[in-house]
Amino acid sequence: MADIKPPVSNTLDTNSTSNPPGDMDRRSFIKWSLVGWGAFVAVIGGYGSMVGRFLFPNVLFEPVQTFRAGTPYEYEIGVSERFKEKYGVWIVREKEKIFALLAVCTHLGCTPNYLPADHKFKCPCHGSGFYTNGINFEGPAPRSLERLKITLADDGEIVVDKTIRFHYEKGEWSNQDSFIPV
Amino acid sequence: MSADPNKPSLFDKFKNTQFYRSIFRTGVPVVSHRQRMMVMLNSVFLHLHPVRLPKHAVKVRYTWCMGGLSFFIFLVLTVTGILLMFYYRPTIEYAYGDVMDLSQQVPLGIMREIHRWGAHLMVITVWLHMFRVFMTGSYKPPREFNWVVGVVLLVLTMLMSFTGYLLPWDQLAIWAITVGSNMAGATPFLGMNGPGSSLLSIGDVNFVTSVSDARFAMLGGRFVGGGALLRFYVLHCIGLPFIIMIFMIVHFWRVRKDGGISGPT
Repeated sequence: MADIKPPVSNTLDTNSTSNPPGDMDRRSFIKWSLVGWGAFVAVIGGYGSMVGRFLFPNVLFEPVQTFRAGTPYEYEIGVSERFKEKYGVWIVREKEKIFALLAVCTHLGCTPNYLPADHKFKCPCHGSGFYTNGINFEGPAPRSLERLKITLADDGEIVVDKTIRFHYEKGEWSNQDSFIPV
Repeated sequence: MSADPNKPSLFDKFKNTQFYRSIFRTGVPVVSHRQRMMVMLNSVFLHLHPVRLPKHAVKVRYTWCMGGLSFFIFLVLTVTGILLMFYYRPTIEYAYGDVMDLSQQVPLGIMREIHRWGAHLMVITVWLHMFRVFMTGSYKPPREFNWVVGVVLLVLTMLMSFTGYLLPWDQLAIWAITVGSNMAGATPFLGMNGPGSSLLSIGDVNFVTSVSDARFAMLGGRFVGGGALLRFYVLHCIGLPFIIMIFMIVHFWRVRKDGGISGPT
């Protein structure tokens, strides 16, 4: 037992201002701390952004947003529900134009129903009502239904693009692409 | 069969086995108050409950026991939820049918109803707990931090409720989540329809679109579909319970550290 010597302390000399050889002074400690923390933050940030990107897939298996809707002559005056089920779009023919209405209530996003007897769209969720031209007139919906980009292809067929939308309250319904004159 | 009072009983012998001593590490016999305390503090399960309680802490008319009930219902929901996971498949093809089967074909079909009613009940008890804490002024220092933790737990409870709502995959679920998730589309800057979202763009290229905004991250699609069902399922069963448990640990720990449950002053 008497042979065991106490461990030799090589750093805890508090009276000395200079550091023992091989030890770190404050300045380089701060420098290397910054390097270390910087690397840590960079790695965490990199992985974090990778995780964020992971949540946004490159391919969506959803219905296409552009579809062909036949020729203008196939539509009589009034509302056509031909593409409601598949694409959520009404094709509406008025006397001088055809336009496409997106079947998404502007209140909270439910799908309204077309009531032919009342000549209106009625949302089942909270009772918003829209005229067949898309203007809201009852219930909580704050604005009219949105019209979609509708154009004629070279072969004379109607093409509806759901990604381009026209808002009545922004005065966009006079836009060339928001209707087809007939 | 008159017992000799000096003869150790079978239980006393059992208490001296290594098995018993490994679990209850405080030596026997437990006679002093300090020893009774050590029994509690030396067991991970017993120490979850305080060693001593003020008399008012068990006064139901004061506490309503709403915090305790909320935790109890959380445990019920955990157990029933794990059981439901043995049958439920979160896909468009199977989700609704599996929920129907859970009520109609699986033995103890009430399991799904217990989970559903328990979820409703937990929201109610959490609100009542908050109401009680407010009315008794228990949010005041030193408990103000725990009030904030409690508000986070309230939000997490509502999110658990919201994500669970979609899983039956019936019309009510789909449209309720459609309405609810449209709110995410109005997130400032990060939502497609939110204020300031058009600022995040370079020239004509807008970075916050229907496939890159907060609503999309939530639904995994542009509308409520199979991706949304799977995301909500994962959040409901793994993600949110994990977070809510961390906050519950902090919540309960802080009750103890802030001087125990508050009482009438």
